[in-house]
Amino acid sequence: MVDPLVLLPEFLLLAGALAALLLGLWTPRDRQRRAAVIAVVACVASAVATAGALPGGTETAFHHTWIVDGTTGVTRLVVAAALIAAVVLCRSAFAHHDRETEAYVLVLLAGIGAIALSASADLLVLLASYLLASIPLYALVGFAKDARGVEATLKYYLMSALVGVLMLLGAATLMLAAGQTRYDTLEASLPQAPTGVVALGALAVLAGMAFKAGAVPMHFWLPDAAAGASPAAAAVITTVPKVGALAAAFRLVDMPFADVDANVPVLVAAIAAASMTLGNLAAFGQTEVLRLLAYSSISQVGYVLMAVAVAARSDLADAGLAVYLAAYAVANVGAFAAAAVAPRARTISEWAASAARSRWLVLSLTVCLLSLVGTPPTGVFVGKLAVFTAAGDGGFGWLVVLAAVNTVASLFYYLRWIAPAFTQHTASAASSAADVTPADVTPANVTPAQSAPAAVVHVTAAGSVVLGVLSGLWLATTVG
Amino acid sequence: MLTVVVFLPAAVAVLLLAIPRIPDRLCPHVWVAAAALDVVLVGWLWWRYADEEAGGGIAFEARLDWIPTVEAGYHVGVDGVSLPLIAMSAVLFLACAVWSVRERQRPRTYAALFLFLQTVCLGAFAALDLILFFVFFDLSIVAMYFVIAGWGHGDRRRSALKFFLYTFLGSLALLVGFIGLFLGADERTFDMVALAADPPLRDSPLAAGLVLLAIGLGLAIKTPVFPFHTWLPDAHTDAPAPGSAILAGVLLKLGTYGFARIAMPMLPEAWERWAMVVVIVGVVSAIWGALVALAQTDAKRMIAYTSVNHMGYVLLALGAVGLAGQADTDAGAVAAVGAIVQMVSHGLLTGALFLLSGVLWTRGRTHEFSQWGGLARPAPVFAACLAVAAFGALGLPGLSGFIAEFQIFAGAIQAAPVPAIIAVSGIVITAGLFLLALQRLLTGDTAIPARVPVRAGAGARRFDDGDGDDGGEDRGRSENRTGPMPDLSRWEVGAVVPLLALSVLIGVAPRALLNVVEPAATTLASVFGG
Repeated sequence: MVDPLVLLPEFLLLAGALAALLLGLWTPRDRQRRAAVIAVVACVASAVATAGALPGGTETAFHHTWIVDGTTGVTRLVVAAALIAAVVLCRSAFAHHDRETEAYVLVLLAGIGAIALSASADLLVLLASYLLASIPLYALVGFAKDARGVEATLKYYLMSALVGVLMLLGAATLMLAAGQTRYDTLEASLPQAPTGVVALGALAVLAGMAFKAGAVPMHFWLPDAAAGASPAAAAVITTVPKVGALAAAFRLVDMPFADVDANVPVLVAAIAAASMTLGNLAAFGQTEVLRLLAYSSISQVGYVLMAVAVAARSDLADAGLAVYLAAYAVANVGAFAAAAVAPRARTISEWAASAARSRWLVLSLTVCLLSLVGTPPTGVFVGKLAVFTAAGDGGFGWLVVLAAVNTVASLFYYLRWIAPAFTQHTASAASSAADVTPADVTPANVTPAQSAPAAVVHVTAAGSVVLGVLSGLWLATTVG
Repeated sequence: MLTVVVFLPAAVAVLLLAIPRIPDRLCPHVWVAAAALDVVLVGWLWWRYADEEAGGGIAFEARLDWIPTVEAGYHVGVDGVSLPLIAMSAVLFLACAVWSVRERQRPRTYAALFLFLQTVCLGAFAALDLILFFVFFDLSIVAMYFVIAGWGHGDRRRSALKFFLYTFLGSLALLVGFIGLFLGADERTFDMVALAADPPLRDSPLAAGLVLLAIGLGLAIKTPVFPFHTWLPDAHTDAPAPGSAILAGVLLKLGTYGFARIAMPMLPEAWERWAMVVVIVGVVSAIWGALVALAQTDAKRMIAYTSVNHMGYVLLALGAVGLAGQADTDAGAVAAVGAIVQMVSHGLLTGALFLLSGVLWTRGRTHEFSQWGGLARPAPVFAACLAVAAFGALGLPGLSGFIAEFQIFAGAIQAAPVPAIIAVSGIVITAGLFLLALQRLLTGDTAIPARVPVRAGAGARRFDDGDGDDGGEDRGRSENRTGPMPDLSRWEVGAVVPLLALSVLIGVAPRALLNVVEPAATTLASVFGG
């Protein structure tokens, strides 16, 4: 039977979601903070439960359809941390909203879906996880019920439904080829199956993961969804499901597709190359903060996919995935939190005008964005180092060169945000104390609703650097 | 101990930022104190070096695991190549600190940024791990970007961006090369000592060549050599004077140091095979840099291009080491000594030259030759310093530049006679251009540009006042600008004169430096021809 302790982190999140939902029903609107507290406590408990079990060997549940190993552990920890930040951001965005509690519940459920994606060791479980990771987010994207949000939700929903059907088709094809849906049996039987059928099925299943991860060519929904949602919701959809989907893709390439004749690694490498390049190119022209970050997250997925491509070829791949996912999540949440500091500012210059007064905020934002570039000694630098090394080790030298070029290119658009913030800060610092600052940006006017995201920015910036410096420790505890 | 030297400035920087109680005007003084303390500590390192190094030439080693999965760690140490550069950097940072004591524009952030930059530069020279080196190498770019973007003048945003993108491209190429070294090594590691002891990719010339290409490209952009030098003049011209001094004096050395520390010992066969290309690139840079410098009408731009020229000599020497390897290790060692001394000498002299060009900017807001003239009369100290620095830079005997260039040519003439002779002609051009510059600035009728435009409004003035050294005694005169040019202030003298004095010291009594450099140079040269 199933050892309940194996699934303890998921149970804790689920219990937190249910408790928050029930408590929220009986709580007056102005005291819904307690639901947020419960959600945060559940996330912390889940992370602690995960950390307590690390570094463990591989365990399975539900007749080998659910697998708990280092990759799952990484996803659990990263998702729990991202959920805490997401709850804090949602609190500041939706405080005293009619449906405030629902936001926390949706976020937690999406987090469980993401963990389920990474833990799936069966195509049917993967499909169910896909739905669990998607459906709460439709509601979250359209939470504000404004025109942009509703349009974004509809686009997200339609694309997601289409890709879900495609995945179902892929799973059916693979089952047709091998007579099985469990990864461990697929790994043995797929190499004997007809190559064309396997290739078709693998392509369709990976398409689902590419969609959730926002990888080219399944990325169209992401910028619209991110720009239409609030920064808090955008932070969730560009972090939580991506982490789960990338871990799931890693597992797919590592287990069922490891020995098939169809050259899955090259396919993934091509997706990686397209994602990083097109994401970057599209980000160049963006003037809106959220769209810029959405495209940046598309290109970041490309780098992670380098580790996925060599999942079965290089011993360094799982280390690369473990560091990169964590580092990306931290830095990405930080950047979106910076956007949430000034939720009404859509463009970069508006943001700089309203939020760049604080020296520390600009410094932390700079750290987060430079971390996304991959500047040492931040986490993403170690992640890039590890995935580049793994990709080179796996024989994708060309991909490493392309990724290096893309990294340089990405610097350009991150600087487009850093430079105005820095200059704005310069200008405001240079103006004398006697100057009357505009009423809307005096320190007194920064309400608590905006200081919480700023705190998230600071914490993530510090976290980025700490993760980089202590990456050895992180790797030792997660992948062993 | 070395770790303390490296991280002391950064710690002070954090203190400056974290304790707002330290008044703004005191921040530069804290900075000077920290830099001075660091110089003292480096002096102690130098003094103890002979006793501490145990055979292998590396002293003050420290080691700490960082990312065991890829065998990358915190591993620092100094040897005869890095110690002189660390000492030179510490002195130059102190000079910049002294020069900036009167900085008015956000002095706290400015001081913190420079202290951070100092940690990064010293760390890069001390690093004995490729990844650690890369970390510091990359952070130096980031810090310098903010120095230029925040305190530069002219079209500073654009120049800073160009600098960042260009050198970041170089650093990524470097990273790709490092990964190549890691993957090519028998025992996969990023540790420099281990890699140099057992050079990777011995049996695959093609892969070794490609890795050398990646590393060479990365370092060539940083150095910079022709044709990758185009970021340099803009960055230099628009950076504040101490920023230019550090950029030319220290950051460029990271490129040439990287060749001597990484490319040569770790890829000896590939380096030997492609040494002629290195020599030619070096010579072209030297000549091109000199010719373009000759054509400049802006003093700071001219100095910037002479950096390309001087770094070309270093590259010529390092290429010659590879060529000489087989035939004559002694000639190779001489060339290597020349290269290292040239790095130190160039740091001191170009640092001084850039600080002196900053004097022009604070007095007249322009570096144009046409705006200035006859400065020897109103500003004799300035004139004397400029003359000494210029003569040092053109290689006059008695100054450090001569010791360096003489050895470079002595070592190179045997291995690569034709390129060496061509390069010597570069010295003639350099001599011409420095003399021309001195003549334009110091002799003739006194001409001092009026500083009208900046006085337009109090608010605008504060922004423009990048170099901030116009307070105090100089304020009274700035009301009517046609008066004589104020000579160097106490602080400016305190910044520039020690640099020149050190250069003279190396020129007159080079033994103290050569005793440290020569064993390391011999080791470097003996890598070849084995």
